[in-house]
Amino acid sequence: MAKELLKGNVAIAEAAIRAGLQAYFGYPITPQTELLEWMSARMPELGRAFVQAESELGAINMVYGAACTGARVMTSSSSPGISLMMEGISYIAGTELPAVIVDVMRGGPGLGNIAPAQADYNQIVHGGGHGDYNLLVLAPSSVQEAVDLTVLAFDLAEKYRTIVVVLLDGSLGQMMEPAELPPMKPLKTAYPEWAARGEPGDSRRVLSSIYLDPPAEEVANVRILNRWKEVEANEVRYKEYMLEDAKIAVVGFGTSGRVALSAARAARAEGIPVGLLRPVTLNPFPNKQIEQLAETVDSILVVEMNAGQMLEDVLRDVKGRVPVEFFARVGGIVPLPDEILNEIRRMASQPLSTTGHPRDRWLKRMPQIMA
Amino acid sequence: MTITAPELEKTIYTRPESLTSVQTHYCPGCTHGVAHRLVAEVLDEMGLREKTVGVASVGCSVFAYNYFEVDFVQAPHGRAPAMATGVKRVLPDRTVFTYQGDGDMASIGMGEIVAAAARGENITVIFINNANYGMTGGQMAPTTLPGQKTTSSPNGRDVETQGYPVRAAELLATLEGTSYSVRRSLHDPKSIRNAKRAIRTAFEVQQRGLGFSMVELLSICPTNWGMSAINAMHWIEEKMIPFYPLGDYKVHPMLAEVKI
Repeated sequence: MAKELLKGNVAIAEAAIRAGLQAYFGYPITPQTELLEWMSARMPELGRAFVQAESELGAINMVYGAACTGARVMTSSSSPGISLMMEGISYIAGTELPAVIVDVMRGGPGLGNIAPAQADYNQIVHGGGHGDYNLLVLAPSSVQEAVDLTVLAFDLAEKYRTIVVVLLDGSLGQMMEPAELPPMKPLKTAYPEWAARGEPGDSRRVLSSIYLDPPAEEVANVRILNRWKEVEANEVRYKEYMLEDAKIAVVGFGTSGRVALSAARAARAEGIPVGLLRPVTLNPFPNKQIEQLAETVDSILVVEMNAGQMLEDVLRDVKGRVPVEFFARVGGIVPLPDEILNEIRRMASQPLSTTGHPRDRWLKRMPQIMA
Repeated sequence: MTITAPELEKTIYTRPESLTSVQTHYCPGCTHGVAHRLVAEVLDEMGLREKTVGVASVGCSVFAYNYFEVDFVQAPHGRAPAMATGVKRVLPDRTVFTYQGDGDMASIGMGEIVAAAARGENITVIFINNANYGMTGGQMAPTTLPGQKTTSSPNGRDVETQGYPVRAAELLATLEGTSYSVRRSLHDPKSIRNAKRAIRTAFEVQQRGLGFSMVELLSICPTNWGMSAINAMHWIEEKMIPFYPLGDYKVHPMLAEVKI
């Protein structure tokens, strides 16, 4: 297939369709809506299920029902809509069902705005719904990577009977870039043994997240956790750039990782030995790679479009071995390469403080950054 | 000569195949068991048992999936119509029904039920109205009658501050997507026979692809009403039916040719 100029939201929708999506349920919300619109035309055209739900609550529970049949199902939304879906997410996780959710993040909290942000990190990576569960989280930084990770999301969801979230920000959903779509996969015809499909001749299937007997719930919790341990062992994904001889490592995901790469290249041109680690899976997180970085570099800069949600995970891995600095724009602002370059220059030229928290030091610099 | 017992035996009443052979958790006297049996008899008679996916709700009927011998999934509180939509859209040739109480369907799930009906979603909803939240111990429900005492309306439901009950069958009947919306009662044998005919009609609606069907069943809750089962049956007749008249609120014209 040749490369086409594709908008992120549309590219993800078409990639999901070509990955064998059988049912899509969603609710309009900016900056994700083009994804739903694309589905509304394409899914009926292909004889597949599409429902514009009454709310995100409706959408996620339609996903829940369709996932019970073993079909490839998906929904998409943006931050406030994802918050509303948390109930269903917990239930789907508790019932151990595969499903794919696309979250095109926007500024918050509350209604916030419709500009790009990464502030859903905590609600997606560290939970948000009730109970012990993990979501497998994939964070693309380009339209092409969004296409590839969307296809991968369905395979991983089925392999581990888990929800996979494709987590991107509004700028990636809205931007157009050349990207290559995958070929159309045939729809699945074989369904897993657990699927409840009202299949004549089959024994009765019951799918539920209820384990009223605590010891039975404990068994379920341990089973879900053991399956997650397999995900941690096999599915950590990340990209490294110019890290071989780096003395400063930047860590950023998605769009902030992409902008940080531009900054790192500019810093390299000035002779500053800097590289970038871009986590592609945010859960499981590349903990080992961050730990190894802390052995080889002099300092680490974490860049995000939130107030330091991934920062805490990096600090946990670094364990105080090297100074960590933090830079972010929040509330729907994408950092500029020059802003990150300035941080890299500062780190290369000044002795770094190791007292206090990197977020507090960033917050003190914020009046100048915002000015 | 003497006639041996086997020649006299003729089984005229058995457990429907669509019911599992287990003891339910329902309180003695509760009409959930009657409602379950009616649904199971209809599924048997229509030959749908093996082609059905049920959707359980949250409330006293949360364990309905243990009692029906059909595939079952379990919805979050109030979301059964959305979950049923997901199942039905993927498996349009299967029979899909929800079984919901009044707190589940007419309070927390009001959005999902109205939207499913408005879409004309081709599912069947069995709605149990017992005028209180049974599972949590008898709190005020959207269906609690004016003046009715519950554990969260201890002085009787005051409509000035606690609002008015919801008449679900009438409400859903106003929607274009609804093909069948009726209210029946489970308080005496005649009413139960009428309820079964309505349940059968509701599933016939789905079989014919006519759209959304809902049967509201006035049901007793002797435990939380603090009455014997027989007095509770009388309470339905004396208090509930005057407020919730039995009747057909929406019947699709094509059902005229369906003889049950």
